[in-house]
Amino acid sequence: MTRSTRWTQKLWRWGTIAVIAIGGLAHAGRAAAQEPPYLVTYSDALEEPGNLEIAVKNLQAAPTGGNAFFSSTLELEYGVKAWWTTEVYLSGQSTSQQSTLFTGFRWENRFRPLLRQHRFNPVLYLEYENISDADRSILEVEGHDGIGDLLVPNAQARKTITRELETKLILSSDVRGWNISENFIATKNFNGDPWEFGYAFGVSRPLALKASSRECWLCRENFAAGAEIYGGLGDTHDFGLHATSHYAGPVVVFNMPKGPSITFSPSFGLNGNSVGVLYRFKVSYEVQQVVDYFRRGKS
Amino acid sequence: MRAMDWKTSGRQVRKLAAIFCVTACIAAASDGSWLKNVPDAERSRVNPFAGDAEAIAAGSRVFGDHCAKCHGDDATGRRKKPSLRSSRVQGASDGELFWLLSNGSLKRGMPTWSKLPEPTRWQVIAYVKSLGTSWLMNEEPAPERVAQKSASAYETNVHPTR
Repeated sequence: MTRSTRWTQKLWRWGTIAVIAIGGLAHAGRAAAQEPPYLVTYSDALEEPGNLEIAVKNLQAAPTGGNAFFSSTLELEYGVKAWWTTEVYLSGQSTSQQSTLFTGFRWENRFRPLLRQHRFNPVLYLEYENISDADRSILEVEGHDGIGDLLVPNAQARKTITRELETKLILSSDVRGWNISENFIATKNFNGDPWEFGYAFGVSRPLALKASSRECWLCRENFAAGAEIYGGLGDTHDFGLHATSHYAGPVVVFNMPKGPSITFSPSFGLNGNSVGVLYRFKVSYEVQQVVDYFRRGKS
Repeated sequence: MRAMDWKTSGRQVRKLAAIFCVTACIAAASDGSWLKNVPDAERSRVNPFAGDAEAIAAGSRVFGDHCAKCHGDDATGRRKKPSLRSSRVQGASDGELFWLLSNGSLKRGMPTWSKLPEPTRWQVIAYVKSLGTSWLMNEEPAPERVAQKSASAYETNVHPTR
């Protein structure tokens, strides 16, 4: 057994323990989110005003020719208004036989420009990123992102800090229980690099559309499943599906009653410029009306 | 990758802030008067679970998970969030409530709940409507007064312009 394999197994073991611990703690809490289960694609679901969602989004992969790594991102998502959600991401990663480091932050805002539901519901997404090239979170793929970016040693990659504005047009539809979401990504690096583009599509459905009258643990209504596909589209100088990476895979979420949601997805690389498999899992927990905890007196 | 030019970065950040403000203003300026204009086709929709005891129990569970924190465990409202036992809500048709639940009232803080499957939303409405019946019977035992008050409140609060 290689050192890299042992390291990966250790990470999975600790990850599993962390998930179980968070699940146990949060069992005393309020509610699991009822959002589509995507890990890369965004839908039109915003955070309810006053609610705070705390999530840990993890990714593990072993790129060919490089060292296995484990990336973890803490997400704090707050519903400012019913039409405006803001979110902060703090990312870090650990690469086998290299180092563990903090890789930067993102500040994201999503706005619903239309105040009622339509066949296609648009959401405008604006994000400021301040991350080093050692970031391995792969929250989206854009430009010419590929496996080569993941092979640069941490010691070298961490020296380059990238600051950029990322925009997305999110379109989302709900049809007979199915959610269909499309994201179009355009990113501008403040260093003067050309605009970079990317895409993400997702489709999902809860396994049951009706709630049951009794609380149940492993019943179908607590699960949703779907699939997503995402990748880069090059930049303004070289637009297209080539010289970038693309991934697709199933995704499933388990919404624990009055507890957290656990989402899992293996994303499979679709071309030679992609990593073979990205294992993603996310644990999220929603604290409803978080400001109430800071108020005095009777609610 | 090129080194960061801090002067350029400052200008870019100011531009970014301006984009944020403009977007927020556009969204804030949108008017919520459409709330009074529920399409007729939606208004007349009938709840397939109306009066179904099992659906009411299921709706109660969903309400407890997603709605109670704002509207209160007993649906009488909390802080600025309205009571769902009011004549305004109880006087609305199932279709109107379904439309409101699906679209939300984003300007007034009510989020859209279209992420809940449609049958689940009907279950929640079945539950909310079941609250109204018991409230009316407890508070206003005389049927004529109930009808009179409900109709009056309905006109005043739900459709003031009709």
